[in-house]
Amino acid sequence: MTAVTDNLDLFVSGYLGSLSVILAATVASLVLGTVIAAFRVSPVPPLRAFGTFWVTTLRNTPLSVVLFFCAFGLPEIGINRSFWFFGVTGLVLYTSAFVCEAVRAGINSVSPGQAEAARAIGLTFTQSLGQIVLPQALRTVVPPLGSVIIAMFKNSAVVGAFGVGGDLFSAGTRTNSALGYETLPTFLGVLIGYLCITLPAAGLLALIEKRVAIAR
Amino acid sequence: MTSVLYDAQGPRARRATLIGTVIGALVVLAVLTVVVLRLADRGQFDAELWAPLLSPGDEAFASVWRLLGNGLIYTLQAAAISIALSLLLGTLIAVARLQLGRTARIPLVAVVELLRGAPVVILIYLCVRALPDIGLDFRSWYGGRELWGLVIGLTLYNMVVFGEIVRAGVASLPRGQREAALATGLTQWQTMRLVLLPQAFRVMLPAIISQLVVVLKDTSLVAFVGNYPELLSRGQDIQRNLDNPIQTFTIIALLFIAINFTLGKFAEAIQRRQARGGRSSATTVQQETAVTGA
Repeated sequence: MTAVTDNLDLFVSGYLGSLSVILAATVASLVLGTVIAAFRVSPVPPLRAFGTFWVTTLRNTPLSVVLFFCAFGLPEIGINRSFWFFGVTGLVLYTSAFVCEAVRAGINSVSPGQAEAARAIGLTFTQSLGQIVLPQALRTVVPPLGSVIIAMFKNSAVVGAFGVGGDLFSAGTRTNSALGYETLPTFLGVLIGYLCITLPAAGLLALIEKRVAIAR
Repeated sequence: MTSVLYDAQGPRARRATLIGTVIGALVVLAVLTVVVLRLADRGQFDAELWAPLLSPGDEAFASVWRLLGNGLIYTLQAAAISIALSLLLGTLIAVARLQLGRTARIPLVAVVELLRGAPVVILIYLCVRALPDIGLDFRSWYGGRELWGLVIGLTLYNMVVFGEIVRAGVASLPRGQREAALATGLTQWQTMRLVLLPQAFRVMLPAIISQLVVVLKDTSLVAFVGNYPELLSRGQDIQRNLDNPIQTFTIIALLFIAINFTLGKFAEAIQRRQARGGRSSATTVQQETAVTGA
C-alpha cells in the first residue's frame, strides 16, 4: 500500500474534500427535496405538476447525465461558477428527487384516521400537522431518507470521477496517472476512504432506526 | 393526492387554492420563461444545433442516430448481462445467508456489508483498470476489457442488493410455508428451491424491476472510466463533433427517462396487482433498499 502511505497528505486532503462535497450536498438536497415534497403534497395543481415533473425527470436520468447538464447547461442560463459548484449542484438536484419521494412516502404513510381524529378533537390545520402528522411521518421517513443520504455519499464518488478536483477520487487518479503508482493499491485506498465514510454512516443510521422505530 | 393533510375543501379553502394555483402557475412559468429566454439568447434553440438530432433531412442525422442506436444497444447489453449475473449470484448469497449458521455467516455478511458501502463507480474503475493488472484480462472475450470490467463492477455491487431483496422476500413468507415443506419430507435445499424462492421472487418482483432501473442508469458511469461505447459515451463523441452538448444530452436523458419511466410504471403496476390479489400471506415487501443508484 505504498501508493497510499507515500501520498498520505494527498489522500487526507482528498478525504476532507469529499467530506465537504458530502456536507454541502446533504444540507442542500435535504432542503430542496423537502421543498419539492411540499410541492407534491400541496393542494395547488401547478406546484404538484412541477414536483411530479421534477421527480420523474431526475429520478430516471443517470447522475452522470445530470452532471453533464449542469456543467454545460448552467453557464448557458447565466450561472457561471466553479466546477465544484456544478458537481455539487448536479448531485443535489439528483438526490433531491429521492429525498422528495422518501418524505412524501412518509407523509402518506400516516393513516388518515390520525388526522381525522386530530380534527375531530378540534385541532387546527397547523396543530394537526405539527403535533400529529409530522412527528409520525418523520419517524417513518428516517430509514428510507437515511438510505437515500448514504447512497448520496457513495454518489459523491461520481462527482469526483466527473472531475471536481480535490476529492478522494481525484487523489486516486493523481496518484495513479501523474505519480505513476499502480491502479489496484491506489484505488483500493480510495475505496477504503469511501468505506470510512459510508460504513460509519450506515452504522449510525441503524442505531437511529432502532431508536425511532415504532410499532404500528 | 394526499388525504391525510386536508379535508374536502369549503368555499374559502377553494378560493385560497385558486389564488395559490394562479400564483404558483405564474412563478413556474416565470422561471421557465427566464430559462428559455436565456437559452434562446445564447442560440441554444438554433436549428443547426438540433437538426442533426431531430431532422431526418440533415446530413448528420443518419450517422448520429446510428451512433445513438448502437450506444443504446451496448447500454442494454451491459445492463442485461449485469442483471442476469447479479440475480444469479444474489440468489446464491441470499440462500447462503439463510442456510449458514450464525458463525459461518460472519465472513459472508462482512463481504456483503463492504460491497454495499462501496461506491459503484470505484468498483467499475477498479474492475476496468486493475483487473488486467492481476491477470484477469478479458481482451479475447466478446466485448473486451471494458464490457467485462463494467459488468463485473456492476455485478459486485448489485448482487448484494439483489441478495438483500431476495432475502427480504424469503423472510416475508409465512413460517408455515417452510415448516410444511419440511414436514412433507422435502430437504432444506428442495424447500428453498421449490417452495420458498418461487414465492419470494413473486413478492420481490417490483423491487427487482426497480433495481433494473438502477443498473441501467449505472452503466453510464463507465463513461468516466473506460472506453465502452454505451449511450453516454456516444453522446460525448457526438457533442464533441457537433458542439451541441445541451441538445445531445437532452436526447440521451429522454431516452433514459423513457425506458426507466416505463420500467418504473411496470413495477408499480405489478405491485398494485399483487396488493389487489391480496393473497393474505405474501404481502409485497416494502423495498428497504433505496433504489437510488447513480
